[in-house]
Amino acid sequence: MANTPDYSWPPMEKRKVIGTPAKRLDGPIKSSGRAKFTSDLKPQDMLYGAYLTCPHAHAKVTAIDISAAEKLTGVKAVYVAAAAGTEVHYQGWEIAAVAATTEEIAHDATRAIQVQYEILPHHVNDSDLANAGARAKQGGETVTGDPDQAFHDAEAVSEGQYGIPVIYHCCLEPHGQVIQWAGNTINVWPSSQNITGYAGDLGQHLQVPATNIKVKMDYVGGGFGSKFSPDAWAVVGANLSKIAGGRPVKLFLDRDTELKIAGNRPSAFAKIKLGGKKDGTVTVWQSHSWGTGGMQATQGPQQPYVLTKIPNIRQVHTNISVNAGSNRAWRAPGNQQASYLICSALDDFANSIGMDPLEVFKVNAQYAPAARVATYRSQLDKAAELADWKKLWRPRGQNGNGPVKRGLGIGFGAWAGGGHAGKGRAVIHPDGSVAIETGTQDLGTGTRTVIAQVAAETFGLPLSQIKVVIGTNDLPPDGASGGSSTVGAVSTTTRKASINALAKLYEVVAPALGAQPEDLESVDGFVRVKGNPNKSLTWTAACRKLGTTTITEMGENVPRQAAAEGLNSQGAAGVQIADVSVDIETGIVKVNRYIAVQDCGLIINPKLAESQIYGAIIMGLGTALYEERIMDPHTGRVLNPDMEFYKLAGIADIGDIVVHLDIRPEHDKRGVIGLGEPPAIPICAAIGNAVTNAVGVRVPHIPMTANHILAALEGRNA
Amino acid sequence: MSSKKVPERPDTGFSRRGFIRGVGVSGGALGLLETETEAAAAAPAAPATVGPGEVPITLTINGKPVKLTVEPRVTLIDAMRNFLDLTGAKRVCDRGTCGACTVIMAGKTVYACSILAIDAQGKSIETIEGLTSTAGLHPISKAFCDNDAQQCGYCTPGFVMASKGFLNEHANPTEEDVKHGLGGNLCRCGTYMGIRKAVLQASKDMKGAPKNG
Repeated sequence: MANTPDYSWPPMEKRKVIGTPAKRLDGPIKSSGRAKFTSDLKPQDMLYGAYLTCPHAHAKVTAIDISAAEKLTGVKAVYVAAAAGTEVHYQGWEIAAVAATTEEIAHDATRAIQVQYEILPHHVNDSDLANAGARAKQGGETVTGDPDQAFHDAEAVSEGQYGIPVIYHCCLEPHGQVIQWAGNTINVWPSSQNITGYAGDLGQHLQVPATNIKVKMDYVGGGFGSKFSPDAWAVVGANLSKIAGGRPVKLFLDRDTELKIAGNRPSAFAKIKLGGKKDGTVTVWQSHSWGTGGMQATQGPQQPYVLTKIPNIRQVHTNISVNAGSNRAWRAPGNQQASYLICSALDDFANSIGMDPLEVFKVNAQYAPAARVATYRSQLDKAAELADWKKLWRPRGQNGNGPVKRGLGIGFGAWAGGGHAGKGRAVIHPDGSVAIETGTQDLGTGTRTVIAQVAAETFGLPLSQIKVVIGTNDLPPDGASGGSSTVGAVSTTTRKASINALAKLYEVVAPALGAQPEDLESVDGFVRVKGNPNKSLTWTAACRKLGTTTITEMGENVPRQAAAEGLNSQGAAGVQIADVSVDIETGIVKVNRYIAVQDCGLIINPKLAESQIYGAIIMGLGTALYEERIMDPHTGRVLNPDMEFYKLAGIADIGDIVVHLDIRPEHDKRGVIGLGEPPAIPICAAIGNAVTNAVGVRVPHIPMTANHILAALEGRNA
Repeated sequence: MSSKKVPERPDTGFSRRGFIRGVGVSGGALGLLETETEAAAAAPAAPATVGPGEVPITLTINGKPVKLTVEPRVTLIDAMRNFLDLTGAKRVCDRGTCGACTVIMAGKTVYACSILAIDAQGKSIETIEGLTSTAGLHPISKAFCDNDAQQCGYCTPGFVMASKGFLNEHANPTEEDVKHGLGGNLCRCGTYMGIRKAVLQASKDMKGAPKNG
């Protein structure tokens, strides 16, 4: 390579499309109900699938008889997923599945399957460490500095126990797919966060080469970290299709099964002890955390979170295995738990020395990674200003004369983001039409729109002139949409591919303009000599010079090179403040205002970025106030696998949310970062501290339900 | 004031629970939950016997009669999605909580998951598919775009229809009215801030428009 083109982002003041609040491209098709999600599809001859799942928390299948189901009119396939002898580890485990000509017949058929179980002992309690017995597996203790000496020297010590429960992803479109396995070829329409990786993963399970698997998805109804792999239901659906002679089968989980087995966020409980100085400086951290991710072990929340440089630390984590569905990545995995634990403990430390927690958070920001110390302090100040903290904050339980008390609380979070490895292709046709093609997916984050904005900016064309092609596995490979890495990747691949394609166009056009290719630019619909509008061709005229040749050029994001290139980078810090009112007679919480200050790098579309932050907070408010998987210890069953007793926040529950996007030249220079996860982290922490500040005693357990709040007020263990 | 959806209480003799009892599926969860008193109170006077096999029905959807053949246990949402390819309305909770299946029936905003298709006969049913005309997006759909009131978009058709039903009854709502009026729909991506603005914008943009336009 002789000359590496300059891919860098145009300076802020010169951008015409990047940085503008363009409306999302798929808005009209979605808001008019015409968008076809995978669960809306009905290819010709499609059969309806249904699952039979295990009603027991722990059992062994001793016999299964599918003959009656097979005989039902309209049943075209029955597949046994858990043959006799299979040990079933939780309620909702897939036993068998059916494909039939109608959904009603499919359900009848699952009811006609006879299964006998030997019931085995279960354990579903994840909060009671003392009685977890052999289900508890303690990890190794890590020690930094000299915690014992530091506690001995401490001017103040505070202790607390805190808990944050298992919650569901509750994607509104459940997990599943339409799949057709005919001969050695598979056509699959998944509901997925990972279009490029899907075929290879599925092919391994089915012994079908990935080259023979066609994957297509236009729209996905939510993923939040739970839809990365094809899952067992793709394998089962494929087998049903094969048994049924290659007819396509739609197999989606019903809501009950979706919530039981399609992923959840691990719980975290902890006893935390802090020591420090009367000026608010923490000098020592000690924690014993525990929690469950189902039968799988989890790493446990990082402790101490963000403030990793506290000089003296002793911490240990214990895994408890329970007979319940397995955890999956949940929008910033581990981080909500970690943020909740440390922010609660810091708030309690502040209370123990009679200090304003805002000051204690600011003092201890010194323990954040060096590059983030100043960021956190300025964010704490900005969030406090927006929340009117100085005017509204009172010491615990002193804000309100009647039964309704007001409270403010702080939470913080950090996330890496950056851009995953990926490739994109820019196509310029001789008629002037332009496409960006990449094997990514748009989860509703606005991926299509930001790709088009980057291309429009680079080509000097209006947004409407860019066609974005995504959602199939025959496109240049992009990564899974996880870790807030999509926008960093696709903006970079689009930028590079577009610049590479322009370079090819300039080579063809330069002679006509009497210039060298490197002297050309593409601005406002013209290809022209740089800075000279008199020597120009319209975009269409320029492209016509391609004759019959279409330009296709690639752009690649290589994560380890990204920082040097400056197009995308990692690291996003945020501070949030909740302002709530709590009725101490009823335990009902009302969110008054919610403030989010978020550093964000280069923002391609401020409207979509703001929507990501609103969405993260609203989802988080649901988790902070209402959401909790409830298990019955006696039967081991899930008591709320539905949406009336597993409550999401509604439109009236969220207060007024104020988002401050910290857009500044020094942040812009860091390139694109990704915002799906960073703002989703601090909500439980901020709400928990605000409720505690309002009612006057620590309410230790998320969610902040009336039950938990009244229990704390009465001095009971929640 | 409230536009909360009232579960449809048809007087034609059919309901989902009534049907389940009617055909003697006593082992169903719904059957087990019923007390004698509730069963007596909900029992229709003299139900006509339909089914359990498929029956021909006619639905009036977006102004047009549509004939289909379904088992009497098929809900309106399943009839629309599985038998008519009207897939704008979504089946999410399937038990009258989330509002993703919202349609307007006989002028009332209802959950299509909680109505039997056979009970929807003879009533005018408006779905999201009926909103978009050749003239372009309905003002509510447009307002959802203008205010970025959607992300994944799965709840959106239900919210748009709930907004239409709400605005039919409350032409000049305040933001507080919107919060109460749309409390029967849920979004997981968290688009409520945009939805609040969108409904207020639509109420202004629809001034002078015919009620069912």
